[in-house]
Amino acid sequence: MKLVSYFRGEAFQRGVHPPSCKLTANRKIRRLPFPDRVTVPLSQHIGKVPRPIVRVGQDVVRGQPIARSDEWLSVPHHAPLSGVVEFIGLRPGMRGTWIESIVIRAHRGATQEDLWGRPRDLSQATGQDILQAIWDTGMVGLGGAAFPTHAKLSVPKQAKVHTLVVNGCECEPYLTCDHRVMVEHAADLIAGIRYAMRATGAVRAIIGVEDNKPDAVRVLRQAIADAAAAGVSEEIHVEAVPTKYPQGSEKMLIMALFGAEMPAGGLPIALGMVVSNVGTLAALGKLLPLGQGLTERVVTVTGSGVAKPGDYRVILGTPLKFVLDYAGVPAVDALDARQVILGGPMMGQAIGSLDVPITKGVSGVLVFRREDMLERESRQTYPCIKCGECVESCPMGLNPSTLGMLAAKREYDLMGEQYFLGDCFECGCCTYVCPSNIPLVQQFRVAKQILREKAA
Amino acid sequence: MTQPLIEIRSAPHVQAAKTVETIMRNVVYSLLPICAFYVFQYGISALASIAVVTGACLATERFFVGTGTQAGRLSDYSAVITGLLLALTLPPGFPLWMGAVAGIVAIALGKALFGGIGFNVFNPALVGRAFVQAAFPTAIATYTPSFLPGRFTEFIPSTLAWPLMIPADAAVWLKAKHLDALAGATPLAKWKFDGVLANADELLTSLSGHMAVGPSPLLILVCGAYLAARRFMDWRIPLAVLGSAALTAWLLFAFDPARYPNPFFMLFSGGLILGAVYMATDMATSPVTPKGMWVYGALIGLLTVVIRYYSGLPEGVMYAILIANAASPLIEKITQPVPFGRGAILGMDRVKKRASYPLNPGYISREEASAVTPKKRFLPNKPKK
Repeated sequence: MKLVSYFRGEAFQRGVHPPSCKLTANRKIRRLPFPDRVTVPLSQHIGKVPRPIVRVGQDVVRGQPIARSDEWLSVPHHAPLSGVVEFIGLRPGMRGTWIESIVIRAHRGATQEDLWGRPRDLSQATGQDILQAIWDTGMVGLGGAAFPTHAKLSVPKQAKVHTLVVNGCECEPYLTCDHRVMVEHAADLIAGIRYAMRATGAVRAIIGVEDNKPDAVRVLRQAIADAAAAGVSEEIHVEAVPTKYPQGSEKMLIMALFGAEMPAGGLPIALGMVVSNVGTLAALGKLLPLGQGLTERVVTVTGSGVAKPGDYRVILGTPLKFVLDYAGVPAVDALDARQVILGGPMMGQAIGSLDVPITKGVSGVLVFRREDMLERESRQTYPCIKCGECVESCPMGLNPSTLGMLAAKREYDLMGEQYFLGDCFECGCCTYVCPSNIPLVQQFRVAKQILREKAA
Repeated sequence: MTQPLIEIRSAPHVQAAKTVETIMRNVVYSLLPICAFYVFQYGISALASIAVVTGACLATERFFVGTGTQAGRLSDYSAVITGLLLALTLPPGFPLWMGAVAGIVAIALGKALFGGIGFNVFNPALVGRAFVQAAFPTAIATYTPSFLPGRFTEFIPSTLAWPLMIPADAAVWLKAKHLDALAGATPLAKWKFDGVLANADELLTSLSGHMAVGPSPLLILVCGAYLAARRFMDWRIPLAVLGSAALTAWLLFAFDPARYPNPFFMLFSGGLILGAVYMATDMATSPVTPKGMWVYGALIGLLTVVIRYYSGLPEGVMYAILIANAASPLIEKITQPVPFGRGAILGMDRVKKRASYPLNPGYISREEASAVTPKKRFLPNKPKK
């Protein structure tokens, strides 16, 4: 399919085109009401889990740090509500296990304004100062991976960064939170990009937006022109890239923009680049000057089972049940089978309890009705018929067909050594196209887990 | 409070519409015009042959699926494809009981023995055909001319031979119809044994004269193009088969035009087009890797021409495909794709020319870059402007 990609002008090879189903692309971001109680899990990001710095019964104000760690690869958490700490202990987490969390009960009648903050003038700040300020906001990658942003933006001494790549692809079907942020908070985004450029020392920034969001491209170009007119000297470009899943992967986006193949096992910094998500940078642009912590994020609530789909500004720690109630999922309490997914439909996680809170890394909540799941349920699983669809769709150029057969034979070592299992980033393309309905990605996840345990 | 019923499943939560059934069903649809034309050429004998062979395949599949040892099910249409393809490769006047044997062998030995759909090593239709070729060498070499008068009212006598009986000699019957028995030879047999080349128009459309040919190659190509366009079939394999056969034939033709027929005759005579489009592309028996498909197809094309020229048989497509089927796992093993980001390690830098932004090596040197990544040689040596 190399030839087809070439003529379509597609930016990277293979990949898939799932129906985009962006139901909420034209709806403004709305604020979700504040819940009575929020549950802030301590483990919300990659890296060291921060420890609570509040006690049960203590009053907290919105924006006050409630957990922190002195480790470098870790960020603090801030109280999303003004209220009283009710409980510190185990609460259901999105992966099914219970995880340590801080539960805060809201004060009745509190204004819930962001009361805590250290406004500062960053106009003369050095890169190091900005990184420290980013650490203070508790920012992690809001695209889903939840990698601490200050760590992502800090450049090792030996390396130099020339380009900041801003990821506005949002290639997952259904999700529109990044899209709406780009359209509605373009000025914040530009400000955030400028902070990130100063932190990394990049001389240009390129915002990669998939071409199914022409309004975002237009708004951003206008915002950049406005900023330039107001005396912003940084070089910021917006580039529309042809829509294709999984363009939001940083490797694919760099391929799309620069035509360069990121070496396997390397980071974008090896090519002199840093990649960050638009939602993260827009939040930074808003929070940094105010010195406030990250207490809310934009979440797309959508899917066939939602009566009022939309992008909602949600307080971190809001229980899923509260979100779904508000978004009009009919009869949340009824014994009516449905599927609730945190994240997008391709890589998101199906969750088993509605008590799970919204965390920093949740970009979407998808609800599918039972009727929509029937078609998939009725599908038979066949043995691999070697149609080659998965090989044609794997953006990493792996051979999922052979990997799947090896997984069935439990030849995990062979998968890792000869068939590059470690390169798989679980985008789900192979499973999406598989006519035999083989759960390839799940097999690979299991295989990777077993290999990790073996190596440990 | 009652907990709502939530189903948990692993990502991805959406799936493309294509399933094994839709693939197989579309292949069957695309075969229907070909079968219809075949019946138009040879009349009710061809119709009976198609029905009996397909029926035998389905009955055998039903039996083995019923034993519970098989993957797949009767409704996945794969046995129908096997039956239709097998019937199309047999002579139209092939005794029905032999056709039934071919169908039973195709499914039982070609597919069920290996565990059913997806597990078979050899193309089941060709296994069936190879069996009857060895078992009934006379019957399978006896072709009758196409477009005989009265073909829709009268069976070719050999068709109705009793089970386990030698069929009636078609030559006698043809003489009674005042037609030369030799007219029933296939173009390939004519060339091989008599040195007569058929004309291009006869080969392409199968419409003129009483030549013993299969369905029109053009029709097969059109049906194959439909499958390839809808991605129910890989376009690489037919292209590789035909390309390599044409190239080999052309080389030999250029070497000695008097001895070897032209490449055009090679391509459009016999079962090469049917084999390239429908047999070689059988998914389970061909490699999954794109590079492997080219190698596999090229091997089939080469072997076909070699067998046709240098063996005692007029036709070589079947054995070429069966040999390539056997080689397919090996081909797959040596043609694994190069993963993204590993091209540089294997010494193949891939930097696309049409990128929106050039990488700017002014900001980072190779030495600096290699200091932060474990792998070397990921930037081009020459600075790009």
